[in-house]
Amino acid sequence: MPSRNPLIYVALWVLLSLLTLFPIYWLFVISVKPAVDLFTTPSLFLDTIYWKNYVNVIGNATLRGYMLNSIIISSCNALLVTTLAFLACYALSRYDLPGKENIFFWTITNRMAPAAVFLLPFFLLFTQVFTFGDWKLYDTKIGMILLYCTFNLPFAIWTLRPTIDGIPKELDEAATVDGASTWQVISEVIFPLARPGLAVTLILTWVFAWNEFLLAATLTSFNARTITTGLSEYVTTTGTEWGAMASIAVITLIPALIIFSVVQRHIVAGLTFGAVKE
Amino acid sequence: MRSNTVGWLMLAPTIAILGIFGILPFIYVLYVAFHQWNPFGASPDMIYNGANNFRRLVFDAEFLSSIAVTMKFAFFAVASEVALGYLLAQLFMKEFPGRGFFRTIHTLPLIVAPIVVGSVWRLMTTPSIGIIPHLLKSWFGYDLNIGRDPTTAFALTVVMDIWHWTPLVTLTLLAALLALPKEPFEQAQIDGANRWQIFWHITLPMIRPAILATVFIRLMDALRTVDEVWMLTSGGPGAATRYVGLHIWKVVFPKTDYGYGAAISVIVLYLTLVMCWILYVALVARRERKRTF
Repeated sequence: MPSRNPLIYVALWVLLSLLTLFPIYWLFVISVKPAVDLFTTPSLFLDTIYWKNYVNVIGNATLRGYMLNSIIISSCNALLVTTLAFLACYALSRYDLPGKENIFFWTITNRMAPAAVFLLPFFLLFTQVFTFGDWKLYDTKIGMILLYCTFNLPFAIWTLRPTIDGIPKELDEAATVDGASTWQVISEVIFPLARPGLAVTLILTWVFAWNEFLLAATLTSFNARTITTGLSEYVTTTGTEWGAMASIAVITLIPALIIFSVVQRHIVAGLTFGAVKE
Repeated sequence: MRSNTVGWLMLAPTIAILGIFGILPFIYVLYVAFHQWNPFGASPDMIYNGANNFRRLVFDAEFLSSIAVTMKFAFFAVASEVALGYLLAQLFMKEFPGRGFFRTIHTLPLIVAPIVVGSVWRLMTTPSIGIIPHLLKSWFGYDLNIGRDPTTAFALTVVMDIWHWTPLVTLTLLAALLALPKEPFEQAQIDGANRWQIFWHITLPMIRPAILATVFIRLMDALRTVDEVWMLTSGGPGAATRYVGLHIWKVVFPKTDYGYGAAISVIVLYLTLVMCWILYVALVARRERKRTF
């Protein structure tokens, strides 16, 4: 392909990044303004920075707890979902299971439900069905980790399936002929080739769990409350505490960014298939 | 052929989790949909009323118009996101300095919670205090007012959705492009195929399953959007951005009309399912046919 000067791409991405970043920049602007200044004529740049919102948020132990809950719930959920989806996709792709295409389609139907009405049965399940003595699934991290599978598992299965299907079956067969067990085929042949897909799935399921709001607002009260829900407590019908809301939102970008930059390293081209076949 | 038992064992956890947290709540909602139930109203008991809820929604103009605007919203948003996301994924396939850095920046919108996205866009676009109307007015003399003009409000929800969700499409398509074998492309270049021919005859057929999966996911999520649009426009002006998710929200929460809300949910779920099933069958069947020659 005719190769162009890479600086053209850099210039293009700088432009695109400005567009992408603008609302996030504005979120930051909101977070460092006193409330009264928000409702005056806006200006693009800041002349003074008001850190009080951040001081309040960082000093708030409850919010720190919510943040930790969010990190635990999203990370466990993303790992669980990606692992289960990886296995499920391998089974769907490599085994001749009767009715597997229907199962595949059924998984995605779990993501279609409009949330508002389903909050009620979830609430009943969590407070009245899954109880053992005094213990309830309500307001537990494990409950949220499992519940988030309802929207994340279908997503993961649907995004991973093309990747696994795209890996030629001959590779499995060759490894099996060489005496590899099913587990070795999965871990040593499929896993390295599916790495970019797995990394993307991990990131996106993590993001969905991290940002989920309605379910967490209904099914947690304190012990498993997530930061997104904690943040929404500052957004009410009578008025929004913009500064507090925005500063929490800016702080929540930090753990997400760290996880992104770690996982993103795996979004690189795997080995080319030709090289493996030799 | 290896034994299917192992395959079923690999699928078992998925089926178990989705069975418990997916099917049970659905059965409950289906049950409620056949009842008149307003737990905070004058008669808090569930009263069986057959298909009355469903009969009612066929003539509910508000519900029908919300379905129409939701479809329009989903179409514009998803089509733009997939086209744009594909182009951006291709751009990330090129070699250039700072690629990882730009990729991280590009994915930033995803980590902003929908409720925050809606709030920020609202604050950016509110007439007289928002930065965007202010800049448009002073630079171009254009008067942006989302509280007054339904078309602008609709367009803005689409633009917000594109800003928020295009990175998802970029990432999934990027993963698909990275997994492609190199030989067909090299061969096509040797054979003198041009860029368009390579795209149409090689890239597109090979990443079609990934595109399809991405379209489905985005379509479903767009059809049940609530938080972002709720924060940005609250469904207004009038009913211009009252998408079906918001409509159900309004039936269930302020009016606490659970029976009717459940009926709407079942129908919306059903419509989404049928739409996706038709798309799935049409596109997958077409792919299978192509494979035969």
